Amino acid sequence: MKKAKYALEGLKVVDFSWVFTGPMVTKFLGDHGAEVIKIESAARPDGTRLMTPFKPGAMGLNASGVFANYNSSKYSININLREPQGKDIVKRLVKRADIVLETFGPGVMTKLELDYDELKKVKRDIVMLSMTMVGQYGPHSRQPSFGQVLQATNGFVQLLGWPDRSPSLPVAAYTDYIAPWYVLIALLSALDYRNRTGKGQYIDLAMLEASVHLAAPVVMEYVANGTIQNRMGNRCPGAAPHGVYPCKGKERWIAIAAFSDGEWEALCRVMGNPPWTKKPAFATLLNRTKNQDELDRQMANWTRKFTAEELMAKLQKAGVAAGVLQTGEDLVDNDPQLRHRDHFKVLDHAEMGPHLSERPPFRLSKTPAEPQRPFPSFGEHTEYVCKQILGMGDEEFAGLIGAGVLA
Amino acid sequence: MAKKPDTPRKEAPAKKKAMPPMLDRYRVLDLTDDKGALCGKVLAEMGADVVKVEKPGGDASRNVGPFYHDTPDPEKSLNWFAFNQNKRGITLDIETGDGQEIFRKLVKKADFVIESFKPGYLDRLGLGYKALSKINPKLVMTSITPFGQTGPYSGFNGPDLVTMAMSGYTWICGDPDRPPVRFSSDQSYYQGSLQAAVGTLIAHYHRQATGEGQHVDVSLQEAMVWTLCYAPHDWYLLHQNIHTREGSFWKRLGVTYRLIWPCKDGYVCYRLLMAQPGAEVMNDLIASMNKEGLGLNMKDISWTTLSFTEVPQAQINEWEAEIGKYFMNHTKAELHEEAVRQRNVLQPVNNAKDLFESPQLAARDFWVQIEHPELGDAITYPGPYFKSSDTSWQKGNRAPLIGEHNEDIYVKELGLSKEELSVLKRENVI
Repeated sequence: MKKAKYALEGLKVVDFSWVFTGPMVTKFLGDHGAEVIKIESAARPDGTRLMTPFKPGAMGLNASGVFANYNSSKYSININLREPQGKDIVKRLVKRADIVLETFGPGVMTKLELDYDELKKVKRDIVMLSMTMVGQYGPHSRQPSFGQVLQATNGFVQLLGWPDRSPSLPVAAYTDYIAPWYVLIALLSALDYRNRTGKGQYIDLAMLEASVHLAAPVVMEYVANGTIQNRMGNRCPGAAPHGVYPCKGKERWIAIAAFSDGEWEALCRVMGNPPWTKKPAFATLLNRTKNQDELDRQMANWTRKFTAEELMAKLQKAGVAAGVLQTGEDLVDNDPQLRHRDHFKVLDHAEMGPHLSERPPFRLSKTPAEPQRPFPSFGEHTEYVCKQILGMGDEEFAGLIGAGVLA
Repeated sequence: MAKKPDTPRKEAPAKKKAMPPMLDRYRVLDLTDDKGALCGKVLAEMGADVVKVEKPGGDASRNVGPFYHDTPDPEKSLNWFAFNQNKRGITLDIETGDGQEIFRKLVKKADFVIESFKPGYLDRLGLGYKALSKINPKLVMTSITPFGQTGPYSGFNGPDLVTMAMSGYTWICGDPDRPPVRFSSDQSYYQGSLQAAVGTLIAHYHRQATGEGQHVDVSLQEAMVWTLCYAPHDWYLLHQNIHTREGSFWKRLGVTYRLIWPCKDGYVCYRLLMAQPGAEVMNDLIASMNKEGLGLNMKDISWTTLSFTEVPQAQINEWEAEIGKYFMNHTKAELHEEAVRQRNVLQPVNNAKDLFESPQLAARDFWVQIEHPELGDAITYPGPYFKSSDTSWQKGNRAPLIGEHNEDIYVKELGLSKEELSVLKRENVI
């Protein structure tokens, strides 16, 4: 059989998705070699193009660091989808595609006359997936939403923070970073099904439902035991200490955990076996668990004397679970492990210049995950897609530009 | 950005007869603990035949709570149930010679191996990817570890607290006057497991096209870095760590606004809508507030065209104070019902009970019941996260008991005799 350099070589994706979640899906596909054509229109460019951070001094649609990260390896075509000829171009792209992904609200694709029933006529075995907040139907499907609030619906906000305070907000909408992986799992499974049976399918995927799977034990504890789990600060049943402690410097912190007596003894040795650790209050896991407030105070008195980095090195050398609370700066500039895994690639975009493109968090031993090219400027590949990919003649292309169907 | 839906289908499509799963009965050998258990479950619910391989006596993650009826017992961990549903289970000591020989036989016929041992452990037993790929060149093997298979931190002890900290996630969570906090739930394990399933299926796609298997090396830390969104890019482009821990608030571009609001019986999540399509629904909320004598000076504001950067922070605070008073007069359920009606974006801060009682999830038949004959009970689990025109999500059976399928696999499949099985049991190999 023929060897492919990239795992997903030959796979073709028509991508209507926008705003964070869907674009992560197609970036993963594109960085593994799939051809991804991002459908945009002047009426609605992907809103992530307008999200900060921007390259300093730059504005407009081609300068967002977040957009840049989520859209490597894609072509962008600017089509007016309200025009029949615009719909026709979409169908010509779908005819040669394997996957169509869209993340509009329920019903939008039907209104555009580009829903599954229509596209199936063009490509019998197309795999089409619609991702929405709560699904295509149901009493809340008409409510507009976005990830920052959906993560509350899902129970994740309730589980972050201190039990005696109001919950804390996850900065980036947490559910936005669950659904994309489930979408990839569903799409890749659907391709396996198609390759074996010759059948395509339509998939209605709800971000809410996918995300509940990451809170499964919490819901099951309520169902089976009637217990409603609350946020616990940094505590965790079965470990003491299990906390975040201050270190030398401004806003420098270290996380330390000891699950077993062995880990606790190793931690004591690194601390120099101070007398307080020998008190009965701290001798056993159960006692440490009961006296955790005092334990945390003693730990903090010790950790304060060191930098987070030197403490982590010492503790990990002794087998104790410890990690620096890293910042964006630490991740990008200092973390030797992420550098070893080559997590951040610097790409150079013709208009924006250098920016970061993150690699998927898995390494395949024989096929690379490499951006094929930096993110596309808005409508950058309209001509390329029409002429090179669809084989459109110069005259037809010029006519469609003139008619405002393409730009 | 709020997305305004349009003309949705209101009713569930008519139910069809039982539909097939997407994945074939591919054989998965799942040697993970709680760091990687969700990966195998994801493949099982797509139709794969996932066989959990535990050490004799059961995997240590069976001892992670919560437990059914709060009874600590390796056969009653709800955590174990949740992430091992729909798998079969065998016991095998892969540190013994007989155990290794049996394992190699199983690998010969397997499509996938998933594991979450410390890097190097399987290599030392002669069961690492290199050795296994000689037995089965088409094998896709997936390793899930805190920091990856190689590199300066690969040997680190990395429970969720540590991988979350190292990913940059914890530093930006919590209240400004207390230490940063992690989720009270092992989210890095679940994120890493999902990403592992994605990597596994990408490798599978390649194998089906070319016949070539490969090794998938997943890092939990790196999986969590993917959930940060801004932090690395803020630093690279602006040389700032813009987000610090901000409690209930969100701060960006010099503007701070509230996302988490106390209400009569808990909290709701809401953000002032400005400068975006759909922001006109603010007027409906304000009309409701006006009826209670609140927000009287918030009438006639053109919310869609307001610009964040033009509104002074003091003005935002003043508006938020009025809205906050209104929310305190109502329960989260009342506020959410009103938001659904007004097509506003407010959501309740749900706990497990609220989530379980969600009318939206009920309308989509989301929850499923799985029988646990040994407990004489059925437990409700999260169900299908997608609806398909032609295939279906597989509920399967409850998680396996310790060694439940030893006879199925060892006798019926590998052809060991019952006598051999008892020898292996006596030697504690199975």
